[in-house]
Amino acid sequence: MAWFLARVRSDRTVAVLLVAPSIVAVGIFVYGFIGWTGYVSLSRWSGLLPDYHFVGADNYERLKDRPRFQADIRNTIVFTGLFLLSASVLGFLAAAMLDQKIKAEAFFRGVFLFPMAVSFIVTGIAWSWLFNPSSGVNLLSQKLGYDGPVPAWSTDANVLLGFDLGRIEAGIPVALLPVVVAATWQLAGFTMAMYLAGIRGVPEELREAARVDGANEWQVYRRVVLPLLRPITLGVVVILGHISLKIFDLTVAMTGSGPNFTADMPAFYMFETTFRGNHFAEGAAIAMVLLFLVATLVIPYLYFSLRREPST
Amino acid sequence: MRISRVLIYVALTLLAAFFLLPIYVLVLTSVKTFAEADLSRMWDLPNGISTSGLDTAWTALSPNFLNSVYLVIPATVITAAIGSINGYVLAKWRFRGANIVFPLLLFGMFIPYQSILIPLVRFLQQVNLYGSIKGLVIVHIIYGIPIATLIFRNYYAAFPDDLAEAAKVEGASILVIYRRVFLPLSLPGFAVVSIWEFTQVWNDFLFAVTVTPNPASQPVTVAVQNLAGSQIVEWNVQMAGALIAAVPTLLVYIFLGRFFLRGLLAGALK
Repeated sequence: MAWFLARVRSDRTVAVLLVAPSIVAVGIFVYGFIGWTGYVSLSRWSGLLPDYHFVGADNYERLKDRPRFQADIRNTIVFTGLFLLSASVLGFLAAAMLDQKIKAEAFFRGVFLFPMAVSFIVTGIAWSWLFNPSSGVNLLSQKLGYDGPVPAWSTDANVLLGFDLGRIEAGIPVALLPVVVAATWQLAGFTMAMYLAGIRGVPEELREAARVDGANEWQVYRRVVLPLLRPITLGVVVILGHISLKIFDLTVAMTGSGPNFTADMPAFYMFETTFRGNHFAEGAAIAMVLLFLVATLVIPYLYFSLRREPST
Repeated sequence: MRISRVLIYVALTLLAAFFLLPIYVLVLTSVKTFAEADLSRMWDLPNGISTSGLDTAWTALSPNFLNSVYLVIPATVITAAIGSINGYVLAKWRFRGANIVFPLLLFGMFIPYQSILIPLVRFLQQVNLYGSIKGLVIVHIIYGIPIATLIFRNYYAAFPDDLAEAAKVEGASILVIYRRVFLPLSLPGFAVVSIWEFTQVWNDFLFAVTVTPNPASQPVTVAVQNLAGSQIVEWNVQMAGALIAAVPTLLVYIFLGRFFLRGLLAGALK
């Protein structure tokens, strides 16, 4: 028996040794580096050479009064709201329709899902061609007989439902709308897949029971299926939400900052401030704000979904 | 009942048209000549199929396309191997502290990489890997560990515990059990992780643009963006370039779509 126990003990050691390199790597490259960035955000490093002189929250103070930063916060909120709404509604509708014993289900599923395989850069290039102010959808609407004014999309400085707030105009920037469409195009298929998996997971007996009680197909969905899909919606909001907060590639490929920063995003602002402007401390501060936004969305989700797991 | 079914098919077809529209426009524009690829004639069909756009784009992009190949292969293989070992240990050899390690590992796949970019660039400069594909490979491996580990952990967790127990009683060690019992059954897990990782690395833009500022060593996503961003380049070349950059992941999707879907859903934890 002794050899067996020794074996078990050495296996335990080997187990720890096997995962140790990954744990150390993630420890340093994720958590160590976040700490380092946090420290840079409290320094006065602005220029190619590092300057770790401690200045407290100065960078954050300055940031909060910058029109560009305020515009970015507006844009992130508006973009995330519109994108989550459109991607989840479109994804859910697609899933609900595919659930109706559709003949070419595999074909439709394939078509809705393939944009997930395409990079944001390619998506952005294709959609900025489609939203070119003097071509694309504007041209198509004219061909179809519409001759009213058309938006200038990514070069449009207008803010819909605008009102003054802080140093910017709050509201829905027109320049953001093409990005919402492109992001929805790219990720609605993911939502569809999540909802379809969820809908298929609802026991047929439950639906049948509702039908026996005289519910029509619409009522079956509203009373039986939808309430059971709440965890899926939560997952969709967290997954798409964190992608949306971090959106970077689409901004680069489609709009840049836009007129008056109407299409600017924190991830892009950080990149330009840091690697184009060499204002490392301020860039680090933007990065920390972005991390904070993502963490408030993701940490509660991780906490609750891991607690539900029986195995850990 | 019949009318509602017709309406569903109509709605699905319209939705499919929306999803296929950008690809239609990409393909249509990339087979046009320079003169035909004009803003006002965007929706017109070309007179014939021209390869001039594709030729020009391929000449400009082929070195970067190769860079992406050299990047994606080692990054995918090594990340999958590491993920498999980690997943095996976390699923079947729970050690003290695993309950803390796992969530910390998971959070690593959600962070905005902006929050680690400054130290990352400093680090790569210090070890002389900044600006190289090799450096980019290492970056993708490290930040790919969390998702690869998660997918493999969930994959191996579905294996019955008796499997490992029986081998243990017979005196097999942790590594022997992995090699003889788990590894031979791992092909679907490797397929899911590899396809996920391949897509992520091939499509990545943020790491590439930050770590490889030199055009000669940039992956194809950055090169195609530079091509599209320069105002003098013709529309047909831009669209052809985008198409070329998208082909590898689209092929993977078309031929291995079901593994792709599993990777997607695993990315959503369960």
